[in-house]
Amino acid sequence: MAEQRATGTARVKRGLAEMLRGGVIMDVVTPEQARIAEDSGAVAVMALERVPADIRRDGGVARMSDPAMIEGIQAAVTIPVMAKCRIGHFAEAQVLQALGVDYVDESEVLTPADEAHHVDKWAFTVPFVCGATGLGEALRRIAEGAAMIRSKGEAGTGNIVEAVRHLRSILGDIERLRVARPEEHYAWAKELRAPVELVQEVAERGELPVPLFCAGGIATPADAALVMQLGAQAVFVGSGIFKSSDPAKRARAIVEATTHHDDPEIVAKVSRGLGEPMRGEEIATLGVKLADRGW
Amino acid sequence: MKVGVLALQGAFREHAEALGALGAEAALVRRPEHLGGLDAIVLPGGESTTIDKLLDTSGLRAPLTGLLRGGLPLLATCAGLIVCAREIVDGRPDQRPLGVIDATVRRNGYGRQRESFEADLEVRALAGGPFRGVFIRAPVVERVGPAVEVLARHEGVPVLGREGPAWFASFHPELAGDLRVHEAFLHEVS
Repeated sequence: MAEQRATGTARVKRGLAEMLRGGVIMDVVTPEQARIAEDSGAVAVMALERVPADIRRDGGVARMSDPAMIEGIQAAVTIPVMAKCRIGHFAEAQVLQALGVDYVDESEVLTPADEAHHVDKWAFTVPFVCGATGLGEALRRIAEGAAMIRSKGEAGTGNIVEAVRHLRSILGDIERLRVARPEEHYAWAKELRAPVELVQEVAERGELPVPLFCAGGIATPADAALVMQLGAQAVFVGSGIFKSSDPAKRARAIVEATTHHDDPEIVAKVSRGLGEPMRGEEIATLGVKLADRGW
Repeated sequence: MKVGVLALQGAFREHAEALGALGAEAALVRRPEHLGGLDAIVLPGGESTTIDKLLDTSGLRAPLTGLLRGGLPLLATCAGLIVCAREIVDGRPDQRPLGVIDATVRRNGYGRQRESFEADLEVRALAGGPFRGVFIRAPVVERVGPAVEVLARHEGVPVLGREGPAWFASFHPELAGDLRVHEAFLHEVS
């Protein structure tokens, strides 16, 4: 009995997220990009067929990637490999678990498969990360079994403004909840549309019960330093690296800026001469806001 | 007592909290000047290939190796163990371990995250029953040198041990909600 292995426990799922803290998770679409990401010091890669900027440009339905493409990336690197399923598409999630991906991102970047329900993530051994724009959404995802939350930002825009809004919203509400009186937790739960037990846990701990990372719009080392100082524990960089003019150099710089986020001399040093960043989009001009997906 | 926690990447916060709860002063180490005045250092779990690169860019590799070779007490967990081992199997070809613990470790030897697990460990020298070992894409210790004292095994494989003042665990004592491994380490240091 003493030696029996218990897999897929909450501690084991959240544990991998804790190991990724202070790191950069990079979107990659080919094994070659995955190797560049690993060479640059990524803590993990997100395997997908198109980066969000291209999904945005191409339109159409965005789905889970071809398993052969995910396997090609798994074979190319030794760091954890994540992949995305559509919101509510538990069969895609089952396929990703069968492939042995290390984290499933139930992601608003893909076209949602269910307009009312997210995946029941407790039913899986593989851990899940989900996006959130505010504390209520984060707690609903945690109630469904998410082992990591990422603030959504607005993927594929290279514009940090939405990521900042979402992080400030989540962290600001946690701070307000921390000083709320116990009888106010019930009204908070109603307002947030989240289980009161999770509301009480956040009030007591002063943070989410799972790690909080940041995604959606990070394009420069200073963007990474900004969201880390605001309170993100790690960053996802999607289009920002491979849509820039020198991906390897920019990737290394963002890795260093994430670690040394509170050291402006280092952020300044690594920000020099990186070439062109991705062009980016003004939020007001967007046809579709991906962050609105999720319930 | 001032204990450094290498904070380049990974689960450094959990170690700092465990040390703080036991009354030690935990100091995050990101630059060479942070190494001054330490009584011990912890190398946490995380992604070993990332930590390996950041040891170079931060300028920490040489001074840290010097301190460890000079006998600074060390607690290295999971990726920290990979960073400190003599030899890595299945690492990246450019990964350069510090070589301060005479062990050979196989990176991700237990498999992918799907195979990550927890299990009770019988730990020599820890009173109070089994210790819950949390193994996250953990390394398998394939060989230990003659000077290494093995303190716990799982399925016959060493998972906790020490070579003089250098302690290692392939699991995560900082995630167990149980301070006994940190306590035993600090007791030895003081």
